[in-house]
Amino acid sequence: MEHLELFLKSIFIDNMVFATFLGMCSYLAVSKKVSTAVGLGAAVIFVLAITVPLNWLLDQYLLQPGALSWLGEEYATYDLSFLSFIMFIATIATMVQLVEIVVEKFSPSLYNSLGIFLPLIAVNCAILGGSLFMQSREIPTLGLATTYGIGSGIGWFLAILAIAAIREKIRYSNVPPALRGLGITFIITGLMAIGFMSFGGMLTGGDEEAAKETKSAQVDELNDTEKELANNTKVIE
Amino acid sequence: MGLLSKKDAKLITDPLADNNPITIQVLGICSALAITAELEASIVMSISVLFVLGVGNVVVSLMRNIIPNKIRIIVQLIVVATLVIIVDLVLKAFAYELSKTLSVFVGLIITNCIIMGRFEAFALGNGPWKSFLDGIGNAAGYGVILIIVGFFRELLGSGTLLGIPVLGDPIEKTGLYAIGYENNGFMLLSPMALIVVGIIIWVQRTRNKALVEDH
Repeated sequence: MEHLELFLKSIFIDNMVFATFLGMCSYLAVSKKVSTAVGLGAAVIFVLAITVPLNWLLDQYLLQPGALSWLGEEYATYDLSFLSFIMFIATIATMVQLVEIVVEKFSPSLYNSLGIFLPLIAVNCAILGGSLFMQSREIPTLGLATTYGIGSGIGWFLAILAIAAIREKIRYSNVPPALRGLGITFIITGLMAIGFMSFGGMLTGGDEEAAKETKSAQVDELNDTEKELANNTKVIE
Repeated sequence: MGLLSKKDAKLITDPLADNNPITIQVLGICSALAITAELEASIVMSISVLFVLGVGNVVVSLMRNIIPNKIRIIVQLIVVATLVIIVDLVLKAFAYELSKTLSVFVGLIITNCIIMGRFEAFALGNGPWKSFLDGIGNAAGYGVILIIVGFFRELLGSGTLLGIPVLGDPIEKTGLYAIGYENNGFMLLSPMALIVVGIIIWVQRTRNKALVEDH
């Protein structure tokens, strides 16, 4: 149950792109065509699913205060947490390189579709962000860390897929010249983010009467944004 | 500018407007959006990036002839990560509250594409002094956008600037609030950051037609 909860939460509520703006650079740069967007999205899911659990292990057994106690009593007071940035990024960079080699060897077709995106991913903030959020949210078990990695990856995948589809269609619309390209993409992403905010109440349940009353005003607003999202999804279809 | 030749000065002034890293080169968007709900956080973030990019550009430029091409990304990442750890520890020591607000986004300076982008595009091919100027210029261009976005979001969202109320007191109804002005809480939510940046791009490209893209 907690796996499902974390999974849905990391896809919709804490969506990498819409809630924390991670991986925006590649999100904006590679979203001109749906096919390339799918390739990059798949690569992000893949790499997040590997690096988040790996960094969880590093964090748990090497970096946290007291994490070295498995080496013996005298190491129990060590606190290496200041090294976490450098360790995480080194893990990510080596894993990306390793994944690239393995994929090239065993699945050339997958390599051809992911190929050019894999090296790009080492510097995608979504990947490092996944590991840093895993650390700061104190995810308790390895299993949950894996779920979190996959969920965040899928969330990112959905976001880039949606914007790529919208950008393909918007080519036929009459956008003011100065807004064309980057400007309109920003504004659409903003509107989509407002839409995704409506998922915020998904896991809070319906039993808080008091909270409901104060929220009723906001709910009206949210309904509007839901409509907007529905419109957006229509555009995608 | 006696110290800087015309060409050098261009390295600093270009990224401020016509080659701005955020609105034109599309680099370093993530942090620009996430931490701009308050002006103070935007300023601290800009200074951190200024430090990391200025020093990092010089270091990479000094090493540019000895870094093997194949592992250059990892070398660059280590340089940035070391600098970011310094920034993070300094923030934790001298501005603990603020470092809580910035949370993971200090760490994310490592993967801020602005930094890798400038390393790859400039520092690997130019001398240390030029790279330093390029780093300062680009970080300043990044900072300008951050501060504009932070200014509007804090002013319209909570009626304060740097935590000081400038539009009167919303509870006691003084200043602007006396005539019925309300804070727009929506500005504090993350989607509005995107829309504010969108509007900045719109304004900039309306003023300078040469920047308009065709889709």
